[in-house]
Amino acid sequence: MPELLTPLKEQGSPGWLRERQQAGQKAWQASPWPTRKTEAWKYTSLHALDQDFSAATQSQANREQLKLDVPQLGGNMLVFVDGFFRDDLSNWSETTGLEVARFSAASDEQAEVIRSRLGSVVDQGSHLFSSLNDANLDEGVFVRLAANQRVEEPIQLVWHSTSKDQAFAVNQRLLLLLEPNSEMSLMEHFSGQGLAFTNGISELILEEGARLTHYRLQMEREDAMHIGGVHVQLGRNSVLDGFHLALGSALKRLDLVINHRGEGAECRLNGIYLLRNQEHADYHTCIEHAVPHCSTDENFRGIVGGKARAVFNGRIHIHPQAQKTRAELNNRNLLTSTGAEVNTKPELEIYADDVQCAHGATVAQLDEGMLHYLRTRGIGADEAQVLLSYGFINTLVDALALAELRDYLKTFLAEYFSAEYEDKARLMRHLK
Amino acid sequence: MLKIKELHANVDNKPILKGIDLEIKAGEVHAIMGPNGSGKSTLGHVLSGRPGYEVTAGSVEFLGKDLLAMDTEERAHLGLFLAFQYPVEIPGVSNMEFLKAAVDAVRESRELDALDTVTFMKQAREACSAVDLDQAFLKRGVNEGFSGGEKKRNELLQMILLQPTLCVMDETDSGLDIDALQVVAKGVNDLRNSERSFLLVTHYQRLLNFIEPDHVHVLSAGRIVRSGDKSLALELEDKGYGWLVDEVA
Repeated sequence: MPELLTPLKEQGSPGWLRERQQAGQKAWQASPWPTRKTEAWKYTSLHALDQDFSAATQSQANREQLKLDVPQLGGNMLVFVDGFFRDDLSNWSETTGLEVARFSAASDEQAEVIRSRLGSVVDQGSHLFSSLNDANLDEGVFVRLAANQRVEEPIQLVWHSTSKDQAFAVNQRLLLLLEPNSEMSLMEHFSGQGLAFTNGISELILEEGARLTHYRLQMEREDAMHIGGVHVQLGRNSVLDGFHLALGSALKRLDLVINHRGEGAECRLNGIYLLRNQEHADYHTCIEHAVPHCSTDENFRGIVGGKARAVFNGRIHIHPQAQKTRAELNNRNLLTSTGAEVNTKPELEIYADDVQCAHGATVAQLDEGMLHYLRTRGIGADEAQVLLSYGFINTLVDALALAELRDYLKTFLAEYFSAEYEDKARLMRHLK
Repeated sequence: MLKIKELHANVDNKPILKGIDLEIKAGEVHAIMGPNGSGKSTLGHVLSGRPGYEVTAGSVEFLGKDLLAMDTEERAHLGLFLAFQYPVEIPGVSNMEFLKAAVDAVRESRELDALDTVTFMKQAREACSAVDLDQAFLKRGVNEGFSGGEKKRNELLQMILLQPTLCVMDETDSGLDIDALQVVAKGVNDLRNSERSFLLVTHYQRLLNFIEPDHVHVLSAGRIVRSGDKSLALELEDKGYGWLVDEVA
């Protein structure tokens, strides 16, 4: 097991955080280290973690020096660099009914809520790295929206990691609490190219009738390592709209767990992963339907090139009492090179008899008929490939409710798909 | 304009074209008719350079150049256009962006500047009304969820925007009701001029009531077995293909 624990901080942390750190340490040290024989880690090697990690230190670099190119896409933006909050890079104004507090600066009342709710959604027993997150927990973000409040502008949380000579670990934690019938959008945006290992855990709690649009963009590249978890609890008649994007890097893994806990909850999840070179990305999604009359629509698409490897494991678990569940899972993959690999596995476990469920997974290459059709119209083979790759995921981008994010991603994707070609500008001009 | 000599082609190692000779001059409209399985569609695919269609002998000269030596897109740059019998659906790529990409690529090959968006949009909208296709189709994925008739009209729309020199139209009449057929025929007739030629591949004579050909050829078992003027098409309508096929055999 690599040495990923930072020394316990006896000073500076509130007592309740120290208790959690100690419990997390115990759990982490007692957990067996996953190997290729561990089912949940069969196709994702943790080899990249076999190096010395130092604790993150606070950077004073400015936006340019940091190469921080994340645009502000909503009303409020909080920026963390290597896990440290950067007031100078953030943009914040008070919004009625909305509280956003760092764990370290929480009021007594907020600390009490954090203490009682943090860790209540994530199932630590099956998520080893959440124990590590607890063990190293010294900071986090608490977001709470009061009942019946609606916040139009999305909240954007940016976690940026710097480039350093030596690998270092960043602990990231989010607790979101949407009180009954409240509504908001939240974006988690990760960026950076360096040797950072980010261990991020987000717990999202939607109480009765609450609605959340959640975006999680894991856009770290190259040497970056990220093992994260998003754990959601859906109350009665609550609605989650989730959008996920991952670019491949040295190691990337996200466990996305949705717990339908109240009748009538709805969950829509769209996701995109893009890999090339020797990159890796792994989405493990698990939808727990524990109560009747809930629905899930899940649609993930991946484009994998070079010698990259993508993993998608989509589990839907329908408990005996979850009658009238409607659940659909679709995973489509496009391989753009012969060395690329996708390991996709839909897993439906159904213990109720009156349910509607469907799943499908495909892995294919670029369609020859489509390529030929474009070329008969004079479009060169290179541009045709770029158009078709872009088209493969474009429908999911088009479906995004937030126009600013849609525009940002379209520009980003046009760059991404034409980056491998010399004549980049020419190939980008028809992507919209 | 187009000179096909002794063209032989295989599909899946099976000979389909067994010696086609055909010459099309500028401004002419030729119709190729024939029973199912005679190789009509194969000829169009071979001319477009479709993968899997292997030329084993013969030559094709287009505007004085060796067509078979060119990539598919180079053939389009030179002015060849194939209207597909089954146009391909491409979800996620908008029809508008596709059309602009095609027009820009062809213009670029002729060392013309790309059209600015406003000019292009104007042309695209005009082409839409010429083929009686709602402009909403420009925003949808290429052919995505289009009906058979809408797909054929979208092919014609592309032809109008690309202004090709030689249009090969593969079974354009199949799946069209009479109103749609008249729209397509009018579009083609409007494009006819002394510089532009057409090769209409069709099973039925019906299309030729609306687009009058200069020459009609009958293809059977991979060869042209009879050529004539438009009266040949009427004769076929009357008697079917059987007598010709039997006569040749």
